[in-house]
Amino acid sequence: MALSQSEVLSGLAEIVNDETGIAADAVQLDKSFTDDLDIDSISMMTIVVNAEDKFGVKIPDEEVKNLVTVGDAVNFITNAQ
Amino acid sequence: MTQRIVVTGVGATTPLGGDARSTWKALLAGESGISKIEKDWVAQHELPVTFAGQAKVNAAEVLSPQEIKRLDPSSQFALIAAREAWADAGKPEVAPERLAVEYATGIGGVWTLLDAYDALKEKGPRRVLPMTIPMLMPNGPAAAIGMDIAARGGVRTAVSACASSTEAVANAIARLRTGEIDVVVAGGCEAGIHPLPLAAFAAMHALSRRNDEPAKASRPYDVDRDGFVMGEGAGALVIETLEHAVARGAKIYAELVGGAVTSDAHHITAPDPEGTGAARAVSAALKQANAKPEDVVHINAHATSTPVGDIAEYTALLRVFGDHLPKIAVSATKSSTGHLLGGAGAIEAIFTVLALAERTAPPTINLENQDPAIPLDVVTSPRQLPAGPVLAISTSFGFGGHNAVIAFRSYEA
Repeated sequence: MALSQSEVLSGLAEIVNDETGIAADAVQLDKSFTDDLDIDSISMMTIVVNAEDKFGVKIPDEEVKNLVTVGDAVNFITNAQ
Repeated sequence: MTQRIVVTGVGATTPLGGDARSTWKALLAGESGISKIEKDWVAQHELPVTFAGQAKVNAAEVLSPQEIKRLDPSSQFALIAAREAWADAGKPEVAPERLAVEYATGIGGVWTLLDAYDALKEKGPRRVLPMTIPMLMPNGPAAAIGMDIAARGGVRTAVSACASSTEAVANAIARLRTGEIDVVVAGGCEAGIHPLPLAAFAAMHALSRRNDEPAKASRPYDVDRDGFVMGEGAGALVIETLEHAVARGAKIYAELVGGAVTSDAHHITAPDPEGTGAARAVSAALKQANAKPEDVVHINAHATSTPVGDIAEYTALLRVFGDHLPKIAVSATKSSTGHLLGGAGAIEAIFTVLALAERTAPPTINLENQDPAIPLDVVTSPRQLPAGPVLAISTSFGFGGHNAVIAFRSYEA
């Protein structure tokens, strides 16, 4: 069964916290991965691969550059399920 | 007048303790850091050697979860040791451009490399973590330290097997003598207690197989020694010009007066039985110190507990010290710690520095029947060293025919 947007957000926040130590409640839909959360490209790729595993989706490399905000990623994952 | 160079901070994480002080205390108490490896992979691979000198304190208890995730175990140990040394030195205020790192490893990120290969085989290239390369590269530990203390004067890695971290300390002298650098964090680390290196060292019959008595397995100079014992951990020293140390009112452990490397060009693994290359390294370090062999009162020997290595080192020492050799207090501390490979020279440099600072040579354990072919004065219980200005050296030799020797003098203002 597909997860809701808020379930995807909290799952993604967990992955971000695990990889970077950023508090899960700081991972909000309007936050930019690079500008607000200061996540580098290597961490981003790790987050992407972990998200693929966790949500059972494929996030193509060419799609990753479009995932500017947490909301972009949550929407992509929610729709891809 | 050549700039004098001093040691102002030490840090370590070893099979004997999670920091330099507890390691030194356990060493003086004659403890062994060697124990059975309680991991499923030992039986799974039917390893012929089932014990090692495992780090007393798990790195995950010291570092943040993100640091554990982003650093190979070798770099984790390195960061723990370097942070302790840096704090011990009083976190020197130094311009980043005048702060350098000389930090070694023997093998590098072997856990990262082989875990990544398992992930590739089992799950495909997508599951190979993007941090794999920076984690496995041998300069990873030096780079991690450099980032942590903001060292911008150059971050370098000596790789010369078991001589690596002694070479790194010797390199620190060269950096400081350029006049371009005021402070160097030097040392080395290793995290090679993984089934592959264990199997490979066992395949070359380099390791002790005393599986039923791990704590007795590392026994340098004993007639029943049958190989070295792998250890893991790291050591780090803060080394700076005397001028810089005095200006900031730092406490000074000892003076670093010489560091030399030579090579045998004899055999890829066997030491030169004549010991000429090793002897040249000792002589060169003493020459830099403007010292005579008779000035040396203590040696922290390489002494890994292999049948041929211990004799080859004795031969080399005899070549330099001659009749004076029986008067030198020799400690073989790998008897307690095991052999930390690329980290060995660093922790032994710390032991040598503390021996001078506290005028106490640490004991060699497990010496029950000294090999008559090696008539050294081996210290078997903590021994007081003479007062006044005295010299001590630490020796390291590595596969590849690497010889590295560093010399310290007790500090006199």
